[in-house]
Amino acid sequence: MSSAGSEQADRAAVVSGLRFPPTLVLPAFIAGALLLFVAFFYFFGSWTLGEKADLTLCNGDEPQSLDPAIITGQLEGRICLALFEGLTTRDAKGDIIPGMAENWTQTPDGLTYTFHLRPGIKWSNGDPVTAYDFLNSWERVLNPATASEYSYQLYYLVNGEAYGTGKITDFSQVGVKAPDDHTLVVTLAHPTAYFLELTSFQTLCPVHLPTVRKYGRDWTKPGKMVSNGPYVLKEWRLNDYILLEANPYYWRPVPIHRIKVLPTNNATACFNLFYSKKTDLILDTRSIPSALVQDIKNQPYFHSNPFGATSFIRFNVKRKPFDDVRVRKALALALDKKDIVDKITRAGEPVANTLVPPGSAGYTPPQGLVYNPDEARRLLAEAGYPNGQGFPDVDLLYPKRGTSEQVATEIQALWQRDLGITSIHLRGQEWKVFLNTQQLIDCDLSISGWIGDYNDPQTFLDMFVTDGGNNQTNWGDPQYDQMLQTSENTADPAKRMQILHDMEKILVEDQVPIVPVYFWVGMSLYYPDKLGGFEPNFVDDHRWGEFYIPGKKQP
Amino acid sequence: MTAIIIRRLLQAIPVLFIVVTLTFLLVRAAPGNPFTTEKKIPAEIMEQLQKEYDLKGSITHQYAQYLWKVAHGNLSISTQYRNRTVNEIIAQSLPVSMVLGSVAYFLALLFGITFGGWAAIRHGRPGDRFIMLFALLGISIPIFVLAPLAVIFLALKLNLLPAYGWGSPDQIILPALCLSVPFAATIARLTRGSLLEVLKLDFVRTARAKGLSEDAVLFRHALKVAILPIIGYSGPAAAGILTGSIVIETLFGIPGIGQFFVNSASNRDPFMTSGVVLVFSSFLILFNLLADILYFIVDRRVKLE
Repeated sequence: MSSAGSEQADRAAVVSGLRFPPTLVLPAFIAGALLLFVAFFYFFGSWTLGEKADLTLCNGDEPQSLDPAIITGQLEGRICLALFEGLTTRDAKGDIIPGMAENWTQTPDGLTYTFHLRPGIKWSNGDPVTAYDFLNSWERVLNPATASEYSYQLYYLVNGEAYGTGKITDFSQVGVKAPDDHTLVVTLAHPTAYFLELTSFQTLCPVHLPTVRKYGRDWTKPGKMVSNGPYVLKEWRLNDYILLEANPYYWRPVPIHRIKVLPTNNATACFNLFYSKKTDLILDTRSIPSALVQDIKNQPYFHSNPFGATSFIRFNVKRKPFDDVRVRKALALALDKKDIVDKITRAGEPVANTLVPPGSAGYTPPQGLVYNPDEARRLLAEAGYPNGQGFPDVDLLYPKRGTSEQVATEIQALWQRDLGITSIHLRGQEWKVFLNTQQLIDCDLSISGWIGDYNDPQTFLDMFVTDGGNNQTNWGDPQYDQMLQTSENTADPAKRMQILHDMEKILVEDQVPIVPVYFWVGMSLYYPDKLGGFEPNFVDDHRWGEFYIPGKKQP
Repeated sequence: MTAIIIRRLLQAIPVLFIVVTLTFLLVRAAPGNPFTTEKKIPAEIMEQLQKEYDLKGSITHQYAQYLWKVAHGNLSISTQYRNRTVNEIIAQSLPVSMVLGSVAYFLALLFGITFGGWAAIRHGRPGDRFIMLFALLGISIPIFVLAPLAVIFLALKLNLLPAYGWGSPDQIILPALCLSVPFAATIARLTRGSLLEVLKLDFVRTARAKGLSEDAVLFRHALKVAILPIIGYSGPAAAGILTGSIVIETLFGIPGIGQFFVNSASNRDPFMTSGVVLVFSSFLILFNLLADILYFIVDRRVKLE
């Protein structure tokens, strides 16, 4: 207050009576800014003024591609399965139902399937869908020139692998034939119990080859793509949105006419959208902020379901001290997994003592190693490291994304708490570098995860075949490999499941090259009174063609 | 002047060449492979992929191949977005960033110059201190703190503006405001400092002595000189603001080019990374040139070299 007088005088001396008239400057600037705004508005025409859709959903990140032969990710798969349909498909519950094939027969040895296509099925341009479309599309997947990373989904066919790796070049030797337009005969190398699951997978969906040939790399663009599923691709703007419209030629009515898919890689932004009611459904688990799960768990819009995927730790069994099975067992027994799911992941994930998630029909998993710190300390002392003393320096590799860093830190702390091991060092790497290190097995321990390709224990257990590309532990057991082969040639489901059970027992109880940590859960956000045809299922596979809006007249 | 501009543009070519070379070599030297996924890819397939994407053969061969393409305006294809060329991705995302960026840029100039000038006139009084406090906050609060706060209060709590998305004019306001804040704050501080200096100079006193109105003194004489440092700052700033911001784009779901700066590198998408770096460098060169030309027009003492 006391300085007010001198300040006044100061002002009077320097800038007496000087007024900065915002009345003049502001309108000029605002007018200029608005003019530019409008000019850009027209010039670039990138304004879509919010395309109208009957259902808006968040599907995770921007898809890498929409070519069913090229894609490998789950989020791409979801869109592709709205656009394309295989011989079989899934209903809302995730069960296999007839798709393009009306029915099929199987020989008693389980090796030959004869599919009869539905009469009158058409592509979105009106062309008929024929057995040759399947034959040629499968050739495209297997052809090495296509560079399809999932071509091994067709290695189950007679000579599939030979053609896929370029050992033979005559496709007529591969076990798929089309005697006429409506019949497809498939001969398998082994009886494959889950083959009808594979035929519903995107890699085995047909593509419209004249379009692929005409446009090359560009065939997946809107206006060019021709598809045979419930939807057609209407618009696709990178990182902006994808608009799907019901396919008028699809063999049954599609309840929801237009679906807008929003790609977002930011979970918080995604939740904001749902919270402000700008999206009807979030169906990607990673698009739900894990920090919020605890708070929104009891909301009517929160839904979770068991999901066929497992988090586990890989040992490098060639490096000390993990060459000693007692050490591996000790670490597996001493991991308080409940602590990890309660403190870190917090979405109600079940603790895993086995690799195969519960839910595979007809499969009884072994018990696995249940948390038992006393037994663990005994084994560790027996191996020569009482109370963790003298335990060599080892690293724990993890990818720097999601909650992996917190999980790794917690694992480190838990082994210190229960076993007294203080020499486990965290080693975080960027995602692509992490994958590289893991494939080179240039680490002692690594945080891993696996999502089943189909609902069968085999998709988990065949990872650990000796020197398999996805083994990444240096572990191998001739007996295990032998059992895998036997299981593949066993047509009797009960016998086959027993073999798989014994294999998993070797993996998680006797040899322990891995420590299962927890099973994943699928999470989704939607109001059940506003969206129907969405049922939680084990494969976390929701067919968009099954969705409907409750109370709205069905076409 | 035209000759000088042409010479400057020609000089940009070797600069861009060095930028392309360095980026290409750094990206190819980084550990990890663009095609690595959780599932091991069979060796035959990996080889085919590398062939298809021109990532096969010696590094010099790959480099020569890439340089040849770039010289023809072809930035090659993205390994992440399998069916798209880098040209196509940039053509789709750059205009979006430019629309958002230019709105933010004008907001920054508008608020920065107005409040900076106001603070200079109210020098030492509460209004000045108040504005400078806000300017300091605007510079020091990172955008990844400010933007989520703005979303929570303005979009989620008060429901005034949409929190996410692109496509309608109301969706541009919140991200543009957030993007403009640090630039506006810097411009406000620059304007204030510069105007304070200028108002003490003899020519201002002369203008006043001639009996000119204060408006005329300020707008016709003082501001014309005081604006020079802002022109110098706004060239590089425009390059930065028009090529997008990863924080703003991911948080507000804006399909711009900014997110590719980070994402293409972590995806090990070699040509995409080189492509966005090339775009950013071109913008930087262009806007520095524009700033120099503006300098020349405003201040006749400056010679374009």
